[in-house]
Amino acid sequence: MIRVQKEDFDLGEELRALGAGNHNIGGITNFVGLVRDMAGDEHVGAMTLEHYPGMTEKMLEKIEAEANERWPLEASLIIHRYGRMEPGEQIVLVACASPHREAAFEACHFLIDWLKTKAPFWKLEEKDGGASWVNARASDDAAAAKWR
Amino acid sequence: MKILYFAWMRGKTGIGEEDVAPPAEVTDVAGLIGWLKTRGPGFEDAFANMDVVRAAVNQEFVELDAPVKAGDEVAFFPPVTGG
Repeated sequence: MIRVQKEDFDLGEELRALGAGNHNIGGITNFVGLVRDMAGDEHVGAMTLEHYPGMTEKMLEKIEAEANERWPLEASLIIHRYGRMEPGEQIVLVACASPHREAAFEACHFLIDWLKTKAPFWKLEEKDGGASWVNARASDDAAAAKWR
Repeated sequence: MKILYFAWMRGKTGIGEEDVAPPAEVTDVAGLIGWLKTRGPGFEDAFANMDVVRAAVNQEFVELDAPVKAGDEVAFFPPVTGG
């Protein structure tokens, strides 16, 4: 399942719901992305995430389907927020449930790596000197490329 | 044809969305960019460095040689930075 939303999410509730009633699940892995208060050596007061409504949902569904093809998952979940967030807030949740841990760990890692380079989101950071758009990092491309 | 601009590209063009009717010679994304650039300094500036411009046609990532036609939704944006 994928969700794109402005509101925060309850991590415990989401993970419980993901595994509820399915006793073939042996483990659930998850990654939660948070807003940091530093970018390099500059202080970040807040961040605004913009996205491309319509394409975002399409891409997240594609990425999730790809993970389900590659690994035997019983359930998966991607929640990505948009709008303004302050340091410490949750931005994104990726969770994977599988009978065994290896598939769950790998699929979770794959999902966040691919999401970072393929889902149409852009971060605007509010720093002391003003607001600026975050540049894409070559290391993110390299991380996504290793799953090809 | 509907054109969308995101992140700093919207800042440079000054608009997030517009409906355009490019001339018949415009048949692919590269041609469309060439034509959009003629419409003012903000557009020229937005497409000045193509290394940091990505495109989507009908919500699918495409290369610059991808075809475009009337009725398409074409989006321009910098490399994505979510997650």
